[in-house]
Amino acid sequence: MYCYKYFTLITSYSHFMPVYNQSRSRVIQIIFVIVFIIIIGQLINLQVFSSKFRIDADRNAMYRKVIYPDRGIIYDRKKRAVLENIKMFDLIVTPADTKGIDTLDLCNLLGIDTATYKKRIRDINIKNTSVKPSVFEPLLTPEMYARLNENIYKFPGFVLQERSVRSYPFNAAASLLGYIAEVDTSFLRKHKEEGYEQGDYAGYTGLERSYEKVLMGQRGVKILIRDKLSRLQGSYGNGIYDTAAVAGKSLYSSIDVELQQLGEKLMTNKVGSIVAINPKTGGILCMISAPTYNPNYLTGNQRRKHFGEMFTDPRKPLYNRTITSRYSPGSTFKTLVGIIGLAEGVIDERFTVSCSGAYYGCGTGKPKCLDPGTFQLTGAIAHSCNTYFATVFRRTLDQPQFGSADSGLAVFNQYASSFGLGSKLGVDLPSENRGNLPTPKYYRKIFGPRWQTCNIMSNAIGQGEVQTTIVQLANVMSTIANKGYYYTPHLIDSIEGGDEYGLLEKFTEKHYTKGVADTVFDAVQDGMQGVMDYGTGAGFKVPGVVVCGKTGTVENYAKVNGKQEKQANHSFFGAFAPRDNPKIAIAVICENAGFGATYSGPIASLMIEKYLKDSVAGKERQDKIESMAKTSLIPKLMRIEIARMDSIKRAKEKPVIEPVEEDSTDKEEAVPLQQEAAPSSVPSKDSGNRKTVNTSAAILPDEKKTIKQAKPNN
Amino acid sequence: MNARNNNISQGIDITVILLYAILVSIGVLCIFMVEYKPGVDVFSSFIGGKTNYSKQIFFAGICIVLATFILLADSKLFTAFANLMYAFGILLMLATFAIGTSVHGSKSWIPLGGGFNLQPAELCKIFTALALAKFLSRQETDFSKLKSQLIGGAIALLPAILSTAQHELGLALVYLCFFIVMYREGLPPGLLIVGFSFAVLVVATLLVNPNILAIALTVIAAITIYILRRQIKRQKKLLTIIVGVWIICVGVQRFAVPYIFNNAFECYQSTRIYSMVGKEYDCSKNHHVAKDPSKKPKKTDDYNVRQSKIAIGSGGVIGRGFLKGTQTRGKYVPEQHTDFIFTSLGEAFGFVGCFAFLGLYLLLLFRIVRIAERQRSTFSRVYAYGVASILFFHITVNVCMTIGLFPIIGIPLPLISYGGSSLLTFTILIFILLRLDADRQMVLR
Repeated sequence: MYCYKYFTLITSYSHFMPVYNQSRSRVIQIIFVIVFIIIIGQLINLQVFSSKFRIDADRNAMYRKVIYPDRGIIYDRKKRAVLENIKMFDLIVTPADTKGIDTLDLCNLLGIDTATYKKRIRDINIKNTSVKPSVFEPLLTPEMYARLNENIYKFPGFVLQERSVRSYPFNAAASLLGYIAEVDTSFLRKHKEEGYEQGDYAGYTGLERSYEKVLMGQRGVKILIRDKLSRLQGSYGNGIYDTAAVAGKSLYSSIDVELQQLGEKLMTNKVGSIVAINPKTGGILCMISAPTYNPNYLTGNQRRKHFGEMFTDPRKPLYNRTITSRYSPGSTFKTLVGIIGLAEGVIDERFTVSCSGAYYGCGTGKPKCLDPGTFQLTGAIAHSCNTYFATVFRRTLDQPQFGSADSGLAVFNQYASSFGLGSKLGVDLPSENRGNLPTPKYYRKIFGPRWQTCNIMSNAIGQGEVQTTIVQLANVMSTIANKGYYYTPHLIDSIEGGDEYGLLEKFTEKHYTKGVADTVFDAVQDGMQGVMDYGTGAGFKVPGVVVCGKTGTVENYAKVNGKQEKQANHSFFGAFAPRDNPKIAIAVICENAGFGATYSGPIASLMIEKYLKDSVAGKERQDKIESMAKTSLIPKLMRIEIARMDSIKRAKEKPVIEPVEEDSTDKEEAVPLQQEAAPSSVPSKDSGNRKTVNTSAAILPDEKKTIKQAKPNN
Repeated sequence: MNARNNNISQGIDITVILLYAILVSIGVLCIFMVEYKPGVDVFSSFIGGKTNYSKQIFFAGICIVLATFILLADSKLFTAFANLMYAFGILLMLATFAIGTSVHGSKSWIPLGGGFNLQPAELCKIFTALALAKFLSRQETDFSKLKSQLIGGAIALLPAILSTAQHELGLALVYLCFFIVMYREGLPPGLLIVGFSFAVLVVATLLVNPNILAIALTVIAAITIYILRRQIKRQKKLLTIIVGVWIICVGVQRFAVPYIFNNAFECYQSTRIYSMVGKEYDCSKNHHVAKDPSKKPKKTDDYNVRQSKIAIGSGGVIGRGFLKGTQTRGKYVPEQHTDFIFTSLGEAFGFVGCFAFLGLYLLLLFRIVRIAERQRSTFSRVYAYGVASILFFHITVNVCMTIGLFPIIGIPLPLISYGGSSLLTFTILIFILLRLDADRQMVLR
């Protein structure tokens, strides 16, 4: 109170009648103005000098929607699309909008029960809130889509959304075309600079991967406005900040899809591969890795299931054997040994070796000869005389001017690598194997610095440390056909709109062999023609075509229970045709199938005829296709493994009292059973509803039904 | 008819009517901006009457009718019934304690049926303005006397106290604006200075460490004594005053403010006030939380202010354009059609728009002050100042709240915010003023 009086004291000048307090009107007005100036000041601060609010507002409201372009299409050499896009539909739900729908009706249409429906809706609500659209059922089958499309008006909150899905109309060439998959963290780490985001799809294998840059196209971006519940409200700034998606470029491949299909059919229930090359261009005509799978299995909504099955399959259907597996080339390597011998002048065409059953030059009686006699080069190739090529190999390496086998091998390797052996060819597919050309250094390590040619004699007949992939072998055939050059084998000839990234440049470069005269090739070709005319390949001539070929029967070993165990021979065959104007060079392997002349040779013969004449003529040859397709040559070890996995599966399905026996005799019993079951059930079920019979060895019969359902096209 | 029209419009201040009409139109426009959704047929939704802007237009229609009635009424009516209406208003406010319904946690509404609710505290603003005018214009009132000042203060603060009891702190604060009126009528300015100093002290208490502040106050007191040492020698009282002020200041800083924040305010209110000065309030100290732990807020959340500031700030100098504001379209600002309506304007039209808009308000305020000063009767003048003060207070608090200068208390922006009762209140306030102004040659008691 005292204080108050003090204030009245010091302000006593204003002690007039209120009427006369007019000056205070000014004070009040000044207060008004001051307060307004403070407000304006803060507004200037917020609106004129702070740019962060604009950024915050954009962060709040802007939603970058990535528009995925259609991936590029891959055509075969006759411009048939072997990999294209089809439209499939996802059922999208916005749970908040679904009030009052007939849930039971919808469940009946979808073929699910209401409990599943409720569970899914609950999961969606947790994951993505009830106000945002989420996928309820992805990749509807065409029948399901048709059914739902008629009735969708009954179910507010549900919409059908189109989506582009990869499709393989010929159900073929799975391993070379590859597949796409959602990118994972390791992929994102590896491709940091390329703008991938979580949820994107990228090519993971095959052409999808090697031409990812071209196929993916250019993603578009749409800037949308979202509200505080993240519901989209329409485009931002009328779309002036949007960029349009640019569709992926199409690829024109050298693949002949019919040849590919025939090859896949022939390789049904076999493990192995076929590669055919157009020698004139290096374009790969077909590339079969058996067993293969229907590539469409990895596109539909059953993808995960199929992938899991194939991933664990002992036959490894997801594996592209043509470029990743390396084998001893066996007798097919003799062609090269002959060429090098001739080129080095250690032999000529008339050089003769007689073989009494084995090569005794090294005193070991190895290698043995299957077909004793006296041969010149031509006959030696035709009859695949081991002794002859052992002699040639030794002579080549032990030339006096080299001083030692060591430098002799170095020269030999120079020749071999000029044929594309021992290093990656540069095929336009990921994870190519380089094969192996054993180096002098390698042998020094094993046999010491003064090793002898006799130490490595098995290389003379392609059985030693030398290893090739099937593509490399086909490329050797192609080089012999071309008489001294090759183009890097490749699948893609041209890219729609030009080769922007220079991906195809290396395929136009001609690789010449190390100084080999035409006459040398002529001599070797004579021998290879002899193979077909009267030699090991006489049984599978191609009517009316001069084919040059070379069989191979390759001994091989596998580790079983920690011990190297000899397995059935690999069956090899390499060839090109026609001799005068080579159009196809081919290499075939059937793993653990026996003689080269029994399986691989006839397969190559049929393939050559198909390619050169467009069809296989004559009932006998047609029957050959069918019988070949029916022959099961799954290697023993794989059969054992399959049987073991099946028994585990059975044991899991119904609890068996007795444990699964690990006894080896038991396994042996199981093998023939499996062998019979596999070929009979798979192709017969398969052949009815498809254009092509596929090597669907990877898919067990009981899954057939679901697969058919999942298959979107045809 | 024609004669009658002339009669109504005679002496009516056209400027105010014009500003009123412009502001109400801007209000409808702002509500439209908040509600607009692309792709929705504006015309049909407007006709449908389901949208807030069409409702606001409907309310504006009612206001026109009401305004006409007010203009037709006799000025003497307002002086005659001022006290009675004030009593009625206070009665209504008391009635809310008995029959009130709870809306948004404050029990300050009386249900009228048909979904309409009446907030007596809102109406009471008019009645208080009238009653205060009536009291000050009494011949026997000498406002230089302390007793009159106390009565005036009581008239203004009674509804405020009732409002606080109803947990309507925002509405209660509005009644403080009557001190501006009383200042004009002779309240010693010392009170305003004391009030201002007190506010500074409170803010300083929140901002500065208590011990440092106490030392600072002591130093200030010591310096003052040193400067005034000659006067103190002559007049011992002065020392007592200085020491007294020092004791009060330290007392406020040390005890009163913490007590109010911890015991009088709810936890969320303290939090909001603290967050204004950029500090965090420790709710565990709050008396209400200690009593009822469920009152503890989940997290100190300045979402509203943040979004509001983003909306206004993102407008920039010239704004993002009509209907182009992303904050508004995305409904990021809560209560944007009512308390935060200013944000839609700020976002769409930027600084330029805000400046022009506030200019309109200032124009209106100045016009009303001018009207006040030209009144012959004290009643009209006091009432006019009452109107100006109420408007000023609403505008200041509301706008400052949206731009982060004031804690969030839910009071509407006059004539702009969506809501029938708010619009009606301000319409009645303004049109009674216009009616009184038309009779400015009369002396009303």
